[in-house]
Amino acid sequence: MTNNDTPLGPNAAPRLDLDHAPGEVGALDENPRAAVIGYIVGLALAIGLTAGSFLLPLTGLVYAPALPVALVVMAIAQMGVHLVFFLHITTGPDNANNVLALAFGVLIVILLMGGSLWIMANLNHDMPAAAQVIQMQR
Amino acid sequence: MSSSTYPADLSQDGHGVSNGIAVRSRGGPASKRIIVGYGFWIFLLSDIVMFSAFFAVYAVLSGATAGGPSGRQLFDLRNVAVETGCLLLSSFACGMASIGAMQRSLKTFQIAMAVTFVLGALFLALELQEFAGLIARGAGPRRSAFLSAFFSLVGCHGLHVTVGLLWLLTMMAQAWAKGFRDDILRRILCFSLFWHALDIIWVAVFTVVYLLGAAT
Repeated sequence: MTNNDTPLGPNAAPRLDLDHAPGEVGALDENPRAAVIGYIVGLALAIGLTAGSFLLPLTGLVYAPALPVALVVMAIAQMGVHLVFFLHITTGPDNANNVLALAFGVLIVILLMGGSLWIMANLNHDMPAAAQVIQMQR
Repeated sequence: MSSSTYPADLSQDGHGVSNGIAVRSRGGPASKRIIVGYGFWIFLLSDIVMFSAFFAVYAVLSGATAGGPSGRQLFDLRNVAVETGCLLLSSFACGMASIGAMQRSLKTFQIAMAVTFVLGALFLALELQEFAGLIARGAGPRRSAFLSAFFSLVGCHGLHVTVGLLWLLTMMAQAWAKGFRDDILRRILCFSLFWHALDIIWVAVFTVVYLLGAAT
């Protein structure tokens, strides 16, 4: 390797690397104080969303039939907070591979969960009730 | 080399070294740290896909109580809130540990990892206590399809936390015995990814299982 004798030496950091490992605090904010502040912001947001999720059903602020949707939205928001502040998945160009892998994972998760629920709800809907089955067998 | 730089794994594995702009345009294989982190990220995503199957099963079977108790009657949300707090703070402590590793500060790393372990173990203890209580009340996994799905899903997450705790102790021992070698730092990166991912899955668990179960 000819470029081992760069001014920074062979052991210097890959500051200008094209890619970014997931979970890696960004090369630009390797200043530890900035990194700690990032985690504290993430923790504060996560605590807020968690407390919101647990307290919302108790307050009655949300129309009861809409409560599941509100809880799911807050959970997705909290997952986003964890991804950005704890796992350091960002939209930057050095993170494109990580985001694409995540997008594929999310696609599979949506297909798997949505598909299962859809099919099973239809099956339940099309299935005659037990009493009807007995009636038919007579 | 300053103490806050990234691991020096580039020159050892024969992959390209990209310290300068001239090198950057040439591209070439990424550093080993990036490849390992990316590979582990793919594994975590496949683990999340596996969890989504458990979630789908739970969602389909959550009403199949077979005349037994429902989630609303069984779940103690206060206990779940404490568990959630433990895991969240544990995730934060794990972040502090990775900053300690980044700075090559063994003391910061070990203290933060110890805090991570204590909070994770507390989470696990509360979960096992909950499981034992349910089984003692006759609401074990054999009672209904709902409870089978509940114990599979939450138990699978608990199993992951158990493995994570063992891995955590291993990393503390390796950092202590071998220091912040490049391979050790890569393992620490993978461990922190694993631990943060478990917290993300727990967000889905407490929402889908406990909060929605208690609300509907």
